[in-house]
Amino acid sequence: MSTVKLPIAKAITAGLRDAMRADEKVMLMGEDIGLLGGVFRVTDGLHAEFGGDRVVDTPLGEAGIVGTGIGLCYRGYRPVVEIQFDGFVFPAFNQITTQLAKMHYRTRGQVRVPMVIRIPYGGGIGAVEHHSESPEALFAHTAGLRIVTPSNAQDGYWMTREAIESDDPVIVFEPKKQYWIKGDVDTDVRPATGMHSAKIVRPGSDATLLAWGPSVSVAREAAEAATEDGLDLEVIDARSISPFDVPTVVESVKRTGRLVIVHEAPVFGAIGGEVAARVSEQCFFHLEAPVLRVGGYHTPYPPARMEEAYLPDLDRVLDAVDRSLAY
Amino acid sequence: MSVFRTTIPEHADDEPLIQLVAPDGTRTPHEELDAAVAHLTGEDLRRYYRDMVMIRAADLEATSLQRQGQLGLWASALGQEAAQIGAGHAARTQDYLVPTYREHGIAWARGIEPWRLLDVWRGIAHGSYDPYELRTHPYMLVLGAQVPQAVGYAMGLQRDGLVGTGDLESDTAVLTLFGDGSSSEGEVSEGFTFAASFQAPTVFFTQNNQWAISVPATVQSRVPLAQRSRGWGIPSVRIDGNDVLAVYGAVRLALDAAREGEGPSYIEAVTYRMAAHTTSDDPTRYRARAEEEEWAAKDPIDRLRRYLEAQDEVDEEFVRRCEEEGHDLAMALHHEIHAMADPDPIEIFSHVYADPHPLVEAERAEFERYRSQFEDAGDQAASESAEEGRR
Ligand SMILES: Cc1ncc(C[n+]2csc(CCOP(=O)(O)OP(=O)(O)O)c2C)c(N)n1
Repeated sequence: MSTVKLPIAKAITAGLRDAMRADEKVMLMGEDIGLLGGVFRVTDGLHAEFGGDRVVDTPLGEAGIVGTGIGLCYRGYRPVVEIQFDGFVFPAFNQITTQLAKMHYRTRGQVRVPMVIRIPYGGGIGAVEHHSESPEALFAHTAGLRIVTPSNAQDGYWMTREAIESDDPVIVFEPKKQYWIKGDVDTDVRPATGMHSAKIVRPGSDATLLAWGPSVSVAREAAEAATEDGLDLEVIDARSISPFDVPTVVESVKRTGRLVIVHEAPVFGAIGGEVAARVSEQCFFHLEAPVLRVGGYHTPYPPARMEEAYLPDLDRVLDAVDRSLAY
Repeated sequence: MSVFRTTIPEHADDEPLIQLVAPDGTRTPHEELDAAVAHLTGEDLRRYYRDMVMIRAADLEATSLQRQGQLGLWASALGQEAAQIGAGHAARTQDYLVPTYREHGIAWARGIEPWRLLDVWRGIAHGSYDPYELRTHPYMLVLGAQVPQAVGYAMGLQRDGLVGTGDLESDTAVLTLFGDGSSSEGEVSEGFTFAASFQAPTVFFTQNNQWAISVPATVQSRVPLAQRSRGWGIPSVRIDGNDVLAVYGAVRLALDAAREGEGPSYIEAVTYRMAAHTTSDDPTRYRARAEEEEWAAKDPIDRLRRYLEAQDEVDEEFVRRCEEEGHDLAMALHHEIHAMADPDPIEIFSHVYADPHPLVEAERAEFERYRSQFEDAGDQAASESAEEGRR
């Protein structure tokens, strides 16, 4: 067993490198991913190792990147494309939702499009507009896509590997704020759970906190802080947005009776609402309180000096926990 | 404005139109294209003539099948037969063709029988032919979306070492087709960019049939379409799209250059959509009868017949036989469509993902549970009435 300590970004780099070594059909495409190594340096060193044919600096055009990636899938390639920032995926929205997601369906299974789209997402880095968004619900609404989001280095490595190995198109939302947070990565032993299972990262009995991506650490901190008030909160990292591992959440809620969902995306119309609906369908007699959601507001992502107020933080999560317990 | 050097042409005519056969059937020489069509025999041309007659017959039959309620919609390719048959046959067997939704002649040239296209229009599938087997991309309803995909396929060919080896029988290129309206889509421009940047072996082919539903081509572009790609460094040509010989020659040259590693090129084929945009369209609202008549005189099938007659390559008997075969094809189509069963709705859940997806599985199970209530009720009702009958 070879466990190393790596920041999430470097764990993803290692995942990309090992996937490229394992399968020569794997290739990377995106803006500035070659010599520069990507604006977040996630592809750092890969151009040097694999060359410009496998780590392709593309022209600036997201529809072109995803569209040509689909054509490459038709030739048996497994392109891993980087969208530089969350807010710039929209020029490619058409290729992703009307094309990539539906190729397998409309060809009745004759064509596979095993593309991976990596999107650094989320706020908290003091960025200018269109650099801090969480558009996962916009893609989860489209059947044919798989969506995952790592919250730690181990998942950064293994989700990258599994996304590349998947014969379906996979979007990996990478929590950019946490790219440099270190964690243990075992690159030898593949976790048995797979990329689509939720994981209880902190067991507890008084209420369940459900989060994913960058919000997992917020939920954990809230749970730690709540111990001071004698509260024992369970924390679940959803890990996968599509499919969503509802059963793990339902199990937990049946034990705790309470659910607070935390994500950065604006709450209205987001994935939290979908999970809340399913939990109330399946846990109606176990719930001690309505499912509560903590997330972004129905505003554009605000200028950086206000993002602290916008993002769900420890206090807003604890406030929701208090409201849940007050029922 | 003196520092601005671009002159915007007033008319499309400012761009030469290459033609090998005039509407009256006379042959005009053209140094480069003549060489590209020189190998075509009388038999080849008779085949193209027959192909054009066949797809027109199928097309007219599909329109009437739509009128009879057998198809939800049909997009006719009437008038565009030369552009499609010429381009389709200019492609070599190994080439990959990436059409929009009106390219029935391309499909025919690839050996896809018309009824295999009808599932989409009848509403029983989003497509079902195998793109690999037929080296033809699925029909595309999102305009322009297939264009970067075509370029990506071409980039794949480069990587696979199938470009520029000098072997014309295995070196491969991609031909993607789209309309004058589609050429305004951003994704077509991105396709140009990627093809030019990587010199991907792609031939972009616009059938300028003058109309994008009700909007004329002049609204799509201030310059003749053929000039558009030049800003990307992609060479282009404007040809008579109703002249099967000119189309064949230009596409052959372009595809061969692409397969030899010379990069992308762009062809504007000037033609006319003789029918409505689709069976739901009413062209009398936006275009003049006189214009339709003017183009009817340039009909691609009549033109090739006149040319072949002048060359003594066809006689009345051949022309009549083609008509008969067209009629037979229409009858076969009529028969096939009536035999097409609706799929079991459970198919809704098939092929959403390559690997199992719990939500799709759960919804499939829920659908089955829901449906079985009615089946049980139906069975019960049936057995009750059978009971009744016995009494
Ligand atoms: C992205 C997109 N926008 C709008 C439409 C609706 N639409 C269908 S056909 C058409 C006109 C297409 O014109 P053109 O590209 O010239 O092709 P033609 O139908 O003339 O062959 C429009 C606007 C569409 N299918 N896709």
